Amino acid sequence: MAEVVFFLAALGALAGAVGTVALRNPFYSVLALVGHLISLALLFLLLRAEFVAAAQVVVYAGAVMVLYMFVVAYVGGTDIQVGPLNSRTTTAGAILFGLVLFIELTIAILGTGLKALGTEGVGIGADGVARAGDAGFGTPEQIGELLLTKFLLPFELASFLLLIAAVGAVTLARRRGGLGDPSGSTITPLDLLRPRHTGTMAEGVGGSRRITSQEQEQEGVEAGVTSVRPDDEGKE
Amino acid sequence: MAIEWYLVVSALIFSIGAGGVMTRRNPLVILLCLELMLNSANLALIAFSRMHGNADGQIFAIMVMVVAACEVCIGLGVIVALYRRRLPIDVDELRELQG
Repeated sequence: MAEVVFFLAALGALAGAVGTVALRNPFYSVLALVGHLISLALLFLLLRAEFVAAAQVVVYAGAVMVLYMFVVAYVGGTDIQVGPLNSRTTTAGAILFGLVLFIELTIAILGTGLKALGTEGVGIGADGVARAGDAGFGTPEQIGELLLTKFLLPFELASFLLLIAAVGAVTLARRRGGLGDPSGSTITPLDLLRPRHTGTMAEGVGGSRRITSQEQEQEGVEAGVTSVRPDDEGKE
Repeated sequence: MAIEWYLVVSALIFSIGAGGVMTRRNPLVILLCLELMLNSANLALIAFSRMHGNADGQIFAIMVMVVAACEVCIGLGVIVALYRRRLPIDVDELRELQG
């Protein structure tokens, strides 16, 4: 049973990964990555990491991928592939690079002669039945206890990192083109002395006087709120 | 299932992600391929955690997820800023990040 689930989930994860890389439209790439993440959560469940699997589905496949969706929809979903640099040789070189990397990783991981690699891990016998002491491995209870005792400092640092990233993203994606936009953010002393609509179209067509009178009228209304009859004061 | 199988799947996903980072030119898709690589590392971490019967590897995986979320946040912010400045969304055109 575990073997069947493993091969199904592994096939799903690999198909999702290939789809993410190979699909032309970034929108479909994001969808393939969602499928990949859900298959990976299944693999985590097989490895008895229940909390990480739940976090994977909720945080990754839920929140982060929705963020990706929004940005893909905002920027535009078409991947323009022009130019000489992305030729067939580059693609072939990248595939070759991936193959070499895979072979190297396989040698590095499986060729090290780690004793427990061939087994199913601690706490589970060859028949796959959980032994005593295996209960509570990777449950939210145990993860929470570890996070708040042994790994308290990394936990707090992670919260700081998230805060910094959120502030940085807001700064980068601000209204006018991100960092270093001098035109909108500096105020000279002359700007304070001039009327507010200097250089606008209203000034060009002679509407500046009307705007000034309207502003004065509004100020009169706001000042008159505290009095008994604000309307009369505004008309006068 | 033996732990080896999980490690082989993890290595495969990492290689696919690395190949994607090299071939694709859209920064959005490059970020997606980075996610693939981080997730394959997570799978290896959790497999090793299972091998040792110790939940420390799972904490490490959660930390990797936090860092990945931060990376996505900043990367997407940069892409939105690029789009606002009418720059091309293409890493070949953006060789110099001169703003």
